[in-house]
Amino acid sequence: MKSRNPALSIVAILLSIVVFLVPFAFILLTAAKNRQEASRLDFTWPTQFQFVQNFVDVVQARDYMLIIAFINSTILTVASVTIMVVLAAMVAFVLQRRRTRWTGLVNFLVLSGLIIPPAVVPTIWVLQKLGLFRTMPGLILVEVAFGLSFCILLFRAFIATIPRELDEAAIIDGAGPLRLFFRVVLPLLKSVIITCVVVQSVTVFNDFVNPLYFLPGDQNATVQLTLYNFSSSYSTQYNLLFMDILLITIPPLIMFLFFNKRIVAGMTAGAIKG
Amino acid sequence: MEARPRTSVAGPVSSGRKKSPYSSWFYLPAAIVYAVLFLVPTVTSFYFSLTRWSIFDSQFIGFDNYVTFFREPALVSGLWHTVVYAVITSGLKVVLGLGLAVLLTSQIIGRGYLRSVVFFPVLVSTIGVGLTFTILMDPEDGLINESLSLLGIQGPGWLTDPSYALLSVALVDVWKGVGLATLIYIAGIVSIPQEYFEAARVDGATAWQNFRSIVLPLARPATFTVILLSLIGGLRSFDLIWAMTRGGPGFTSDVIASVIYKQYQAGFYGLSTAGNVVLFLLVTAIIFPLSRYLNSREVDL
Repeated sequence: MKSRNPALSIVAILLSIVVFLVPFAFILLTAAKNRQEASRLDFTWPTQFQFVQNFVDVVQARDYMLIIAFINSTILTVASVTIMVVLAAMVAFVLQRRRTRWTGLVNFLVLSGLIIPPAVVPTIWVLQKLGLFRTMPGLILVEVAFGLSFCILLFRAFIATIPRELDEAAIIDGAGPLRLFFRVVLPLLKSVIITCVVVQSVTVFNDFVNPLYFLPGDQNATVQLTLYNFSSSYSTQYNLLFMDILLITIPPLIMFLFFNKRIVAGMTAGAIKG
Repeated sequence: MEARPRTSVAGPVSSGRKKSPYSSWFYLPAAIVYAVLFLVPTVTSFYFSLTRWSIFDSQFIGFDNYVTFFREPALVSGLWHTVVYAVITSGLKVVLGLGLAVLLTSQIIGRGYLRSVVFFPVLVSTIGVGLTFTILMDPEDGLINESLSLLGIQGPGWLTDPSYALLSVALVDVWKGVGLATLIYIAGIVSIPQEYFEAARVDGATAWQNFRSIVLPLARPATFTVILLSLIGGLRSFDLIWAMTRGGPGFTSDVIASVIYKQYQAGFYGLSTAGNVVLFLLVTAIIFPLSRYLNSREVDL
């Protein structure tokens, strides 16, 4: 397995272009075409590039719906990931450091959160009772509840590598539980927090099901919902549809370019534990 | 309150009781959110699935919803499709993920590029991928069938032919998800100690023997992870199917998750919740025994 194999490499690269790059190139090219050309669904070079025009058209469509959706998605992602990370780190810290009669139950619940499919309509019922159905705070809390398990597993594994002596030194210096956690432990978690934030941001940003159920309605739409709605109303304007797909792919692409290693680390670590 | 020997180090004890520095109330904020929005819905779903329900009031009707569910051929086929979809995607991810991981851990040219390009679809919006492939799979004008016709092959109506629709969506799911399986396998293969390969080289082992007797058995934990993760994802799958076929043509690509959504939209909340309970039972009946079995195999190794 040690020798370089040029023939195999060339086959692999060619296959990767056909299987993985062509679909993305198709998105890019169609997003630059005019309406008639795009409707032919061909994989061809556009006769004239309408990139800017299509961009403006998509952004202006339905009273700047896409801008509103991007703002909504940003609020949703930032708020839910922030809350999720802090709450999960607190749980993981105590869960890893201290064995009580709760430990087994907590571990079981964490795993259940990864495996069990959420019960949709009863969740709507709970949100309704709390006055949070069709509200952004409601959706944020739902995303937190569903995302906690993954973060807890990731943090717990990392906290196990931090020596307890550090805690004890802080305690001798008179730190209470809150100071110990927020001033001593949390800063040490920086690298795993970045991993968790990046992975969960991509997950929440790409989430379609939860906004569909818990935050219906046009004025609240997230980007995935607008994309889905565009697909029915723009079935004849593929250039605009693909421009929309392209715009929605950019945030994950940026995450990927900057945090590739972190994402890889987080996904494998979380996965192996799961 | 346990952990007494340790807390004795904890300096001044303000109240009479010994306090651990690892306060249990750290669980509280997360526990409240999790309990209210995950546990309560999960537990109450069992009751609501036995009712005729309009969110505001519910009327107990026993097992009628389940009877309806299992009498309606379209709903029962959804159950079957869910299992087929999960098994196909999981199986393909294991085989392709392992193959790709072996390729991408070997001394191949363009390894970094290949790893990136295989992994990137994992991060892309499922709806975006679904819509794109719906167009690529168009029976007449789609890129896939046009390319096949250049080779003289008459491509099928990927998403319009009832016998292919579910399979086509499953293939797109594999396209999008195989990067994660590959990543897990790469982590597994990289962690195999080099001594094994060196010993094998001394013995003059072929590449196939290397794969068969070193990589395959020692990457087994990765295989278990890939199987479990892709089964869990496959059984719950909704977005991709909804973006590509909405369960059609007819009900030929309906899965439980899309049945739940359709019944919810139609206002049959009790029936929708019964579907949710069926999905819950299906997932737990498959995943919990399987993970126990796989974990026990892992110890034997």
